[in-house]
Amino acid sequence: MKNRVVITGLGVVAPNGVGVSAFTNAIKTGSSGVAFHQHLKDKGFSCCIGGIPKISEEKKATYLTPLQLRGFNSTSILYGCIAGIDAWKDAGFSIDESSSLDYNTGLIFGTGTSGIEKLREAIYKIDDQKVRRLGSTSVVQTMASGISAYLGGILGLGNQVTTNSSACTTGTEALLLGFERIKSGKAKRMLVGSSSDSSLYTWGGFDAMRVMSYKHNETPEKGSRPMSADAAGFVPGSGAGALVLESLESAVARKATIYAEVLGGNVNSGGQRNGGTLTAPNSEAVQRCITDALLDAEITSTEIDVINGHLTATSKDSLEIENWTKALDRKGSNFPYINSLKSMVGHCLAASGAIECVASVLQLKGQFIFPNINCEEVHPEIVALIDTDKIPTKIIEKNVTILAKASFGFGDVNACVLFKKYSK
Amino acid sequence: MRVYSLKNTQNKMTKEEIILKLTTLVKPYVQNEEGFKNMSEDTDFINDLEINSANLVDIILDVEDEFNIEIDNDSMEKMLSVKATVVVIQEKMNA
Repeated sequence: MKNRVVITGLGVVAPNGVGVSAFTNAIKTGSSGVAFHQHLKDKGFSCCIGGIPKISEEKKATYLTPLQLRGFNSTSILYGCIAGIDAWKDAGFSIDESSSLDYNTGLIFGTGTSGIEKLREAIYKIDDQKVRRLGSTSVVQTMASGISAYLGGILGLGNQVTTNSSACTTGTEALLLGFERIKSGKAKRMLVGSSSDSSLYTWGGFDAMRVMSYKHNETPEKGSRPMSADAAGFVPGSGAGALVLESLESAVARKATIYAEVLGGNVNSGGQRNGGTLTAPNSEAVQRCITDALLDAEITSTEIDVINGHLTATSKDSLEIENWTKALDRKGSNFPYINSLKSMVGHCLAASGAIECVASVLQLKGQFIFPNINCEEVHPEIVALIDTDKIPTKIIEKNVTILAKASFGFGDVNACVLFKKYSK
Repeated sequence: MRVYSLKNTQNKMTKEEIILKLTTLVKPYVQNEEGFKNMSEDTDFINDLEINSANLVDIILDVEDEFNIEIDNDSMEKMLSVKATVVVIQEKMNA
């Protein structure tokens, strides 16, 4: 039996908007969440700008109990809890600590390095021979699955509760893992998503690799420039995205609001062969990931209206566009519209896939294509492949039926998912 | 300021005073408010207050900070009730 899978709840913590309505407004208007951060400059970063969601202490206290907030120092868990709880409520469920255990609902919430600030605390204490001073809060906030452990307990979920990790593919992969589980009948609902810390310790390694932009410290909102002629590296971001996936049968039975349908998708790896490396994609595998996703979704490439790309604003953007043109066999004026959320929020790393899936679904539900900002002049290699009017710099309001979303990550891993506007 | 006042009083603190301080310390970890209202010398942290056993180590760290003492592993294992905890605190303060 193959269940149809739909999306019935969304939650998001993004640098340009916390909560679905603020985020929707931000992506429609092309509002940047990238800002200058003095603490990056103080530590000698080349790139001193980044996307950090704004969360007040009051807001924290509405999601986590005083006990949970004691010794709490993990932004990835905080963002994940906010996004996850919001998505759960958005789907029409309540948060009740004495709710009965729900064996039909599971959770796959991914992350990269989670709780890195808490880990730093622990390392300092241990080196200072104060291991016992770690108390009980160190393990749960630094284990990779901390985010799914927190959320699983808050919501009382009894199906599979786990954490995946595949670099910048993580969020999109989490969605596809949850999709498969519902499709095969092993769960009725899966809360899926991913989160990433706002931390210079997460970002430092990328700064050292010289893959982050250092040219816009004075003009942070202009810093993230996917597909543009003067793209100069990515801008680090952080946050979380969460989606409630549900079998169509279950969603219809409880009269839930349906945002969109997940038609199918694919996850693969280029094996670091044929030009692929630990940090660069094997183009053949990227193209195959997309074509296999189309087969899984049982659609043809001509049906795609919009692509939400990975598009980080590094030199790989043109290669990504080339891979799309080949995989879809569409180019020039025949190419679908394409956009990159990273122009507004930077690259949210492990959280990027989930936040961008939320942005993708919002476009289908709201029937619009959000603008690419900072792309006044398209990169010449991209101009040679597709018409520039396929890279909108202003919002387009039109019928959008099918959207392709892809994420690619270090380790030469790929994920592509096809979303469709819901119709019976 | 706190350190100063502790030094002044630590050898004279009565059992009641210790329990009063302990009540404030355990409050954030309590999951059974009814048990907390009736907290007495006979209260058991896990059975009566439903404190998560993982949080017992946090309470011990808070006790160390509040009473300016250090608690060894053997003493830690005994600190499951108010009565036993008071004994350990008195022992360490008089050591």
